[in-house]
Amino acid sequence: MHRTGELYGHFQTMEQQKDSATLGMWIFLSTEILFFGGLFLNYTINRHTFPAVFADASKTLSLQLGTTNTLVLIGSSFTMAMSVWCAEKGKKKLIPIFLLLTLILGGIFLGIKGIEYHDKYVEHHIPGLSFELAPGSDVATNAHAELYFSLYFGMTGLHALHMVVGVGLLCWLLKEALKGRFTPEYNTPVENIGLYWHFVDIVWIYLFPLLYLIDRHK
Amino acid sequence: MSEHIVSPKIYGAIFFILMILTVTTVYAATVDLNTYFPGLNVVVALLIATCKAILVILFFMHAYYSTRRTKLIILCGFFWLAIMLFMTLGDYVSRSWDMR
Repeated sequence: MHRTGELYGHFQTMEQQKDSATLGMWIFLSTEILFFGGLFLNYTINRHTFPAVFADASKTLSLQLGTTNTLVLIGSSFTMAMSVWCAEKGKKKLIPIFLLLTLILGGIFLGIKGIEYHDKYVEHHIPGLSFELAPGSDVATNAHAELYFSLYFGMTGLHALHMVVGVGLLCWLLKEALKGRFTPEYNTPVENIGLYWHFVDIVWIYLFPLLYLIDRHK
Repeated sequence: MSEHIVSPKIYGAIFFILMILTVTTVYAATVDLNTYFPGLNVVVALLIATCKAILVILFFMHAYYSTRRTKLIILCGFFWLAIMLFMTLGDYVSRSWDMR
């Protein structure tokens, strides 16, 4: 393909090329909204049907760990936004530093998520043969609580999978940034992987109140 | 349009507001708002989450400074999500049969 510097032949200007890339990324993110949307819909219907059991199951999650993870993820979005700013301003030395900070915060998030999953394993809260919401819970309560935990693991699991993909993309970005590839003229990969990272943050912004904060006042 | 660069000051301010809103949502969940209006706790939690999401989309994701074409695509994504949520839920809550 014909290419002049970072400008591909089928674009007139760098600005047009960048606008097209942003548009394409948002079309992809729109499909991701619907992808997660199905799970949120499923969650809403089941919570509407079994409100009491969903509240009891939600209270077995650690509020401290959930809140910490929310703050960590928002922090990682901030450092990601800062690496985009560094790329746009041509601060080549600073880009890898902010990318590394984003990677570390993303890693902390996944680590805490791992601790939470382990706690659920120890407490017999993973849907399956040895599932028990609390010692002596009746069959119906356990069945409905299993619905909650299936959704919990399905939704946070899919979110964590997106995080793992994001960590992979960040590693590649870091490698390219260290080579000094991103300049004020060309920084589309930083911008678009940033968009992806922020999207994953938004999914968590909704998952946190819906999964962790049901009827905490009781 | 895409040449607009968002300053670290704005990023910092948004980050700070997001932190405050996270603490607010955790605090709001520990207060029984349902006595004032049934289901108010969920509504408040979702309103705060939506405020946070809008801030992230507008400023961290630069939607505020993007082209009108891109803004249209963003709105389309959420519009389709709204169709899925409201039409399905409208059906569920308006039927008399017991889902259990």
